[in-house]
Amino acid sequence: MNISPINICLLGVIGLVAVGFYGLLTTRNLIKVVIMLQILVKAAVLGLITAGIISGQLYITQSMAITVIVADTIVAVIGMAFAIQIRRQVGTLDTNELSSLRG
Amino acid sequence: MLETLIYGLLVGVAIFSAIQSLRADSLLRSAIWLAGVSVLLSIVIYLLGAHQVAVIELSVGAGLVTVLFVFAISVAGDEGIGERSLVPKPLAWALVIFSGLLLMYFILPIKASFSTISKTSLTAVFWEDRSLDLLVQIVLIYSGVLGLVGILAEAKAPLQHSMVDEVAAGRERALQEMEVKAASEVDPTI
Repeated sequence: MNISPINICLLGVIGLVAVGFYGLLTTRNLIKVVIMLQILVKAAVLGLITAGIISGQLYITQSMAITVIVADTIVAVIGMAFAIQIRRQVGTLDTNELSSLRG
Repeated sequence: MLETLIYGLLVGVAIFSAIQSLRADSLLRSAIWLAGVSVLLSIVIYLLGAHQVAVIELSVGAGLVTVLFVFAISVAGDEGIGERSLVPKPLAWALVIFSGLLLMYFILPIKASFSTISKTSLTAVFWEDRSLDLLVQIVLIYSGVLGLVGILAEAKAPLQHSMVDEVAAGRERALQEMEVKAASEVDPTI
C-alpha cells in the first residue's frame, strides 16, 4: 500500500474511532463518557477534512467540520451540566448506580 | 518522505494521547490528555490546508472544552470508579475490532492524494451556500445556553404556606429590617 499523508490521516481516523468506541463501551464515569465522545468527534472532524482533500471540495467539508465542532461543544457542555446535577442529586457519577428501575 | 514521517508522528502521538486519556485514573489527567489530542489534530488539520478549522479546533477543542472539563471536574469531584467495565471487555474488544475492520474495508486503500481544491473561498461557501448550517449553529448555541442555564439552576425550596402568606411575610421582614436600619441611623447606640 502506498503510504501517503492521506492514508496516514485515514489510519488516524480509524485509530481514534477505535479508542473512542472502546472507551464508550467500557467507561462508567459520566464525565469520562463525555471525554470519549469528544475523541470520537475529533476523529470525525479529521475524517471530514481528509475527505474534503480527496474529493477536492475542502471548503464544503470545512463548513461541515465547523458545524460538527459547534454541535460537539454544545453536547459536551450539556453532558457536563447533567453530570454535575446527577452528582448533586444522586451522589455518584457511576452510570451503573443511576438506574432506579432495577429490581 | 519527510512529510509522511511528520504526519505519522503527529497522528501516532494523537492516538497515544487518546489511549492515555482512556487509561488515566484521574479525570483531570484524562481531560489534559484530551487537550493534547486536540492540539495534535489541529496541527494535522492545519498541515492539510484547512486553516480555519484548525484554529477553531485549537481554540474550542483545546481551550474552551478543557476549561469546561476542569470546571465540571472541580464541581463534581474527581471520583475514582472501579475497573469493572460497562460491557464485558472481550465483547467490547470484538465490537471495536469489527467496527475498525468495517471502516478499513470502506475507506482503505485510498489511491487518491491531494487533489486540486476548487477556487471558491470558505467565506462564500459558509455564508452563502451553506447558510442553513449557520442557522443550525445559531439555534444550537441558543438552545445549548438555555439548556445549560435550565440544568444548572438551583432548585428553590418548596413554599411552606400559600403564596399570599409567603409574600406578606416577606414584606413584613423587609419592613422590620427598614425600621431597625432607620432607628440605628437616628440613634447609633442601638
